Amino acid sequence: MNEWQNDKTPDETEPRPSGRQTREALLEARGLTKRFGDTLANENVDLRINKGEIHALLGENGAGKSTLVKSFYGSLEPDSGEIFWLGQKVNIDNPSEARSLGIGMVFQHFSLFEALTVVENIALALPNPGNMAELAERIRSISEDYGLPLNPADVVADLPVGIRQRIEIIRCLLQEPKLIIMDEPTSVLTPQEADRLFVTLERLAGEGCAVLYISHRLEEVQRICHHATILRHGRVVSECDPARETASSLARMMVGVDVANVSAAANAPQLGPVRLRLTNLDLPASSPFATELTNINLDVHAGEVVAIAGVAGNGQSELFDAISGERPVAPEMITMDDLPSGARSITWRRQKSAAFVPEERLGHGSVPGLELTGNITLTRHSTGDGLIASLGLLSRTAAGRLEQKIKRAFDVRMSHDNPEARSLSGGNLQKFVVGRELDRRPGIMVINQPTWGVDAGAAALIRQALIDLARSGSAVLVISQDLDEIFEIADRIAVVSRGILSKAEPVHIMNREKIGLLMAGGAETQAAKSGQQAPDVLPEAPGGAV
Amino acid sequence: MFEAILLTVITAATPLLIAALGELVVERSGVLNLGVEGMMIMGAVVGFAAANLTGSGTLGALAAVLAGVCMASLFGFLVLYLATNQVATGLSLTILGLGLSGMIGEAFIGVPGLKLPRLDIPLLSDIPFIGPVFFQQDALVYVAFALVALVSYVLFRTRMGLILRAVGDNHGSAHALGYSVLRVRFLAVLFGGGCAGLAGGYMSLAYTPQWVENMTAGRGWIALALVVFSSWLPLRVVGGAYLFGAVTVLTFHAQAQGIGIPSQFLSSLPYLATILVLVVISANRRLTLVNTPACLGKPFVPDR
Repeated sequence: MNEWQNDKTPDETEPRPSGRQTREALLEARGLTKRFGDTLANENVDLRINKGEIHALLGENGAGKSTLVKSFYGSLEPDSGEIFWLGQKVNIDNPSEARSLGIGMVFQHFSLFEALTVVENIALALPNPGNMAELAERIRSISEDYGLPLNPADVVADLPVGIRQRIEIIRCLLQEPKLIIMDEPTSVLTPQEADRLFVTLERLAGEGCAVLYISHRLEEVQRICHHATILRHGRVVSECDPARETASSLARMMVGVDVANVSAAANAPQLGPVRLRLTNLDLPASSPFATELTNINLDVHAGEVVAIAGVAGNGQSELFDAISGERPVAPEMITMDDLPSGARSITWRRQKSAAFVPEERLGHGSVPGLELTGNITLTRHSTGDGLIASLGLLSRTAAGRLEQKIKRAFDVRMSHDNPEARSLSGGNLQKFVVGRELDRRPGIMVINQPTWGVDAGAAALIRQALIDLARSGSAVLVISQDLDEIFEIADRIAVVSRGILSKAEPVHIMNREKIGLLMAGGAETQAAKSGQQAPDVLPEAPGGAV
Repeated sequence: MFEAILLTVITAATPLLIAALGELVVERSGVLNLGVEGMMIMGAVVGFAAANLTGSGTLGALAAVLAGVCMASLFGFLVLYLATNQVATGLSLTILGLGLSGMIGEAFIGVPGLKLPRLDIPLLSDIPFIGPVFFQQDALVYVAFALVALVSYVLFRTRMGLILRAVGDNHGSAHALGYSVLRVRFLAVLFGGGCAGLAGGYMSLAYTPQWVENMTAGRGWIALALVVFSSWLPLRVVGGAYLFGAVTVLTFHAQAQGIGIPSQFLSSLPYLATILVLVVISANRRLTLVNTPACLGKPFVPDR
C-alpha cells in the first residue's frame, strides 16, 4: 500500500545544528508508536523540542503529524513509547492534563463552539475562568497586547476564520503555556494575516515559549522555524535546520522522491469563445451561518484555466453549488456555451458537456459504500458512455471498462479490483473522482479544491491534467485555497471574499500581496468602486489585517 | 367562572411545562430523546401506585421521578454508550413505557386516587382573584416555576450550563478540550427523565387523581414539540405550555357549553395547534437554526 517506496531515503542521521543538544529540552518523545487497525500512524518516533524554539513538524498528508501531536496533547494514547516533560517522564492522559503541564494547542479544524461567544469559548478551556466580566477584560487586554484584538462579546458563528484563529491563539496564551502546538495555522489566513501571526510567534519564542509548528508550506517553515523534524509514513526520516535547506530539498525529504514540475506557462493559451459565463449571479444564504453570493460576474473561455482564490468559507461552496446546479438560480445568471443554464438540472448540464468535482470527495464526490463502477455510473449515466443499456438496465461491463481506463490513466492504486469508494486512500480517491470526469474530456470543467489533502505526486498529476484539458479547448474553473497551486496552473485569477468575486486578472499582473488584499475584503471595495451593486454596508476587512 | 378556567389552565399546563423543560436540557446537550411519552406514562403509573401504597402524595411524586430516571438511564445507556440510533431508541422507549405501564397499572384501575395537597402561601393567597389563582396551587405548580428559574440560571449563568451547551454545540471540540461528552449527556438525559417522570406523576396525582391506561394521551409528544416551539429557551417554554394548556381547557369548556362541533374534533384541537405552531416556527429558519444545538441527535463515539 506504500505509495512511495523508500528508494531514496535521506540520511537517517542528519548533522544537527551545533549546540542544540546542549540546550534544555522542554518536551522529548522517545519511541512513540501508535497503530490504527492495520496501519502504523507513528512508528518509533523520537522528537526533542527545546525551550524557546519554533520547531517545525513536516510531512505529507497522512505522514502521522496530527497523530503525533494528539499524543502530546493527550487526545490520543500512544501504544508504546515515553514522553518526557522538562526531564520528567509523564503520562498525558487527557487534554486537561496537557494544559496543566503547560501545553496548549491551536487546532487545524477549529475546536470552537459556534453558538457561543468569544469569552464563553475561552472560559471553557480554562480550569478556573473566574468571573466572566473580568475574563472578558483580560481577553481584551491580552489580545490587544499581542496585536490580535478581539471583542469578547462576539458570537463565534458571526466571525471570519482569521478572527476564529485569534480566539484559539488567545485561548492558548491565557493558559500561559510553555509549548504551543499549531496545526497548519496559516491554511486559513490571508498572506498578511499570516505575517502578523509570524510576528506573534517570534515574540512568543523570544519570551521562552516553544512552538511546535505543523505545516507543509515550506517557505513559511524556512522563514520562521529554528529546527525541523520530518515525518514520512509515520517515521522520523530526517531532522534539519530549515534555513540551511532549500524548498526542494525539504520537499524531497517529505515525499521521498523528486516532485514533478507542472508546466503551464510554457504554452500560453489560445483563447476560444466564452464557454461558461456567470452574469449578476445572486444566491441567498441557505442557513444563518452560510455565505450569500452577491452579483458575481465571470467569463471562462475555451482554452484557459481560471482560478478562484479565497479563504475558506467565503462563498466557494455556494458558488460551486450554483454552477453545478445543486442550487438552481435564474436561467440567465449562468450560461454554458451560450445556453441559459441557471435553472437546469445537474444531468442537463452534464449532457451539455460540463463536469463537476466537489470539494468533499467522500460523501459528495462519491458514495462511500458503493463500488467504483457504481460511482462511475452515478455521474456518467446520461452522457453517452453506454452505461445504460436497453430497457434502462445498467451495463456493468461498460462501467468496468471505464473503471479500468481511469485506473490506468490516473494511476489509481487499489488493493483489489473495483473496491468500495471508501476503501481508497484520500489521494487515490481524489485521482479517481477527478479522473472520472476528465476521462469524458468535458467542455466545461468546474473543480473545487482539486488537490486538497492529496500528496505532492498525485497533486502534480491532477494539476497537469487540468492544464492539458484547458489547452485542448475546454474551459476550466478551479476553486482553490492553495495559492501555490493557483499560481502553478491559472491563466487568470479572481478572488472571492464574503460572497463577492473580484475581477479575474491575468496571472502575470497578480501577486500574493494583491491577492491577500482582495481576500481581506478588497474584493468588496473593488466591486463598489467599479459602480457595481455593492452590499448595503461595506464590511471591514477581517481583522483589518494589512 | 374566569377564575375557574384559569385554575384549570394552570393544572393543564404544568405537566407540559415540566416535561418540556427536562427535554430542553436533554436536547441542549445534543441528545434527542423521543421517549418522553414513555417516561411520562411510567411516572404516572409508578407515582400513582406509590402514593396509593404509602398513602403519601410526596412519596408518590418522588417515585414518579425515580421511574422517569430509570427509563432514561436505559435510554442513555443504549444511545450514549452503545451509540444506538437515537430516534429508534426513543420511539422504542415510548412503546415500552406504554406497554409496561399498562401491565403495572392493571391492579390500580378504578382505585380512588390521592390528590396532592394544595399549598397555600400565607398572606398572598388571601389577595382576591390573584390569591387563589397564583398562590393556592398544589406544590408541583411551584416546583415547575422553580424549575424554569433553575434551568435558565444553570444553562446561561453557570459553568455547568456552559459545558452542557458546549457539548450540544460541538461534541468533537468539547472532547478535544477534555470534557467527558458522554457523562455530561448521560446526566442531562437522567435530568430529562426525572422531569418527564414528575410530569407523569402530576397527571395521576393532581390533574386527574386516578390511573387510566394511556392517560398521558400524547402530552409527551406535545412537550417535545414545545421544545422546538421555544427554540430551546426555557422562558419561552412557559409561554408555549400555557398556550397549549389554555387550548386544552377551552375545548373542555366548549364541549360543556354544548357547541355543535363534534367532541372528537375539539379534543384534537391541542394537537392541531401543535402542528400549526411548528409550521409557523419552521417557516422562520433563521430563528430556529440559531438556537438549535448543532449536534442534536448526532451520536458521539470517542476516537480513543
